[in-house]
Amino acid sequence: MYALEVNELRKTYKNGVEALKGITLKVEEGDFFALLGPNGAGKSTLIGIVSSLVNATSGETRVFGTSVQRERSIAMSFIGLVPQELNFNQFEKPIEIVVNQAGYYGIPRDIALERAEKYLKKLRLWDRAHEISRNLSGGMKRRLMIARAMVNEPRLLILDEPTAGVDIEIRRSMWDFISGINRAGTTVILTTHYLEEAESLCRNIAIIDHGEIIRNTGMKSLLATLDVETFILDLRESVDQCPRVEGMEITMRDERTLEASLPREKSLNKLFSELERQDIHVLSMRNKANRLEELFLRLVDKTQARSPSDLT
Amino acid sequence: MNGSLWWVGYKTIVRKEITRIFRIWGQTIVPPAITMSLYFIIFGEVIGRRIGEMGGFTFMQFIVPGLVIMSVITNSYGNMVSSFFGAKFGKHIEELLISPLPNWILLLGYVTGALVRGFMVGIIVLLVSLFFTRIEVQHPLVMLTVILLTAIVFALAGMINAIYAQKFDDIAILPTFVLTPLSYLGGVFYSIALLPEFWQKVSAFNPILYMVNGFRYGMLGISDVSLPQTYGVILSAGVLLFTWCMVLLHRGTGLRS
Repeated sequence: MYALEVNELRKTYKNGVEALKGITLKVEEGDFFALLGPNGAGKSTLIGIVSSLVNATSGETRVFGTSVQRERSIAMSFIGLVPQELNFNQFEKPIEIVVNQAGYYGIPRDIALERAEKYLKKLRLWDRAHEISRNLSGGMKRRLMIARAMVNEPRLLILDEPTAGVDIEIRRSMWDFISGINRAGTTVILTTHYLEEAESLCRNIAIIDHGEIIRNTGMKSLLATLDVETFILDLRESVDQCPRVEGMEITMRDERTLEASLPREKSLNKLFSELERQDIHVLSMRNKANRLEELFLRLVDKTQARSPSDLT
Repeated sequence: MNGSLWWVGYKTIVRKEITRIFRIWGQTIVPPAITMSLYFIIFGEVIGRRIGEMGGFTFMQFIVPGLVIMSVITNSYGNMVSSFFGAKFGKHIEELLISPLPNWILLLGYVTGALVRGFMVGIIVLLVSLFFTRIEVQHPLVMLTVILLTAIVFALAGMINAIYAQKFDDIAILPTFVLTPLSYLGGVFYSIALLPEFWQKVSAFNPILYMVNGFRYGMLGISDVSLPQTYGVILSAGVLLFTWCMVLLHRGTGLRS
């Protein structure tokens, strides 16, 4: 059974904006799935329809085989949602917010209190659980929304940019937490602008742009399609002019930094030996962007080139 | 499963609403007590003494039922509109919209919250009136049912206002330009028998007239309208507004894009 099945889903808003143009998508149960796309691509609309906050114009959405449109109540009982924007009452305390959310899922108060304590502790919020949530930091507020989404122990957890604006330490602890949830059997759908996050966490990926799915595949097979990788080389001594290596594109960033784009079939050894031969010594090297980021930009650039009228 | 989900969900919304009422008690409970005390002092004591009797009661006794109902109307409506619109504006209504709870539980929970505040304020105003006059209770069951039904009707009306409202101005217009004039013209301070015939007929279209008089009948045993008329108008308004609310919630008007 699929955790999420979306068939020919369309959404046209009242102002005429066609946010989704007939999307079809399947997410396997237990998957860690990345849903990527530039701003305004239709990700949040898709998540809105799945979580019943947005009414679809046509098409069908099923969560664990249950239609969101026809059996909303059952379908919603499977889902936990962490939205992009803060959407809790900032005058309430974290404990109230999480316990109330459990109540909306029919979880009795005594069990709700236990679960609230469990998830607030796991997300390192327990010591602030009885303070007004307006006083929490940005990262804490994001973690509070994860605790709230987890309190009904959903089979499908949807995270819409959960780590936006969160510092790297907290972000990594959130990754660990979400990975743990996924290992325990919860299907996770993640949208993020941190592509490093998607690359390291997700097994499958869909890239959405201009309301259409432009790629839907496994993360490994997508990364395998990357035919050129770009590296930044820091040099020991400065160079006067840009070196040339056959079959590779090298540009100078400054006199001590080179940028080298290597086709997949060319080895780094060849690059280093050619540079060595030209008396250029590489001190250190790093990727210009992570691999998914390079692919993402190329795929999205292609669709933008295809439909320039949409940009106006 | 459904029964337990609905019951726990309902209790949660009601608990949340009551917590809110007490958290902001300075806005929800105190102002009606102060306002109504002023009404009792100015209209009941100062002006009322010169007016004399009305319907066989002192003017103070005559206005108590109307002022209680006016407080119930204002507070049940105000509670619903501010709480629901606040939740919509702050987006935390989404907590409920993404939950498995059906729309009618959401509506029932919010209406109960508004009813609690309306009823509580009504009791407070009655208690305040004890400082100024003696209270009669002729038909307690009529008093109780009219006050509860009135609170429900105006809670439902508040929900409709909150659903359509897009900014805070939109939730202030109706109370200012519709609710307050209808309350004042609903026989709170006078018997419509004192009006010329034409204005008596016009007043018959004001639903608040039936609520005020129904409650006055419960307290004092006098009314400008019959009891069946009172219940007929209140129940019809309740059914109409409930249906309207359910249609809006089902369509997701103002809530789901």
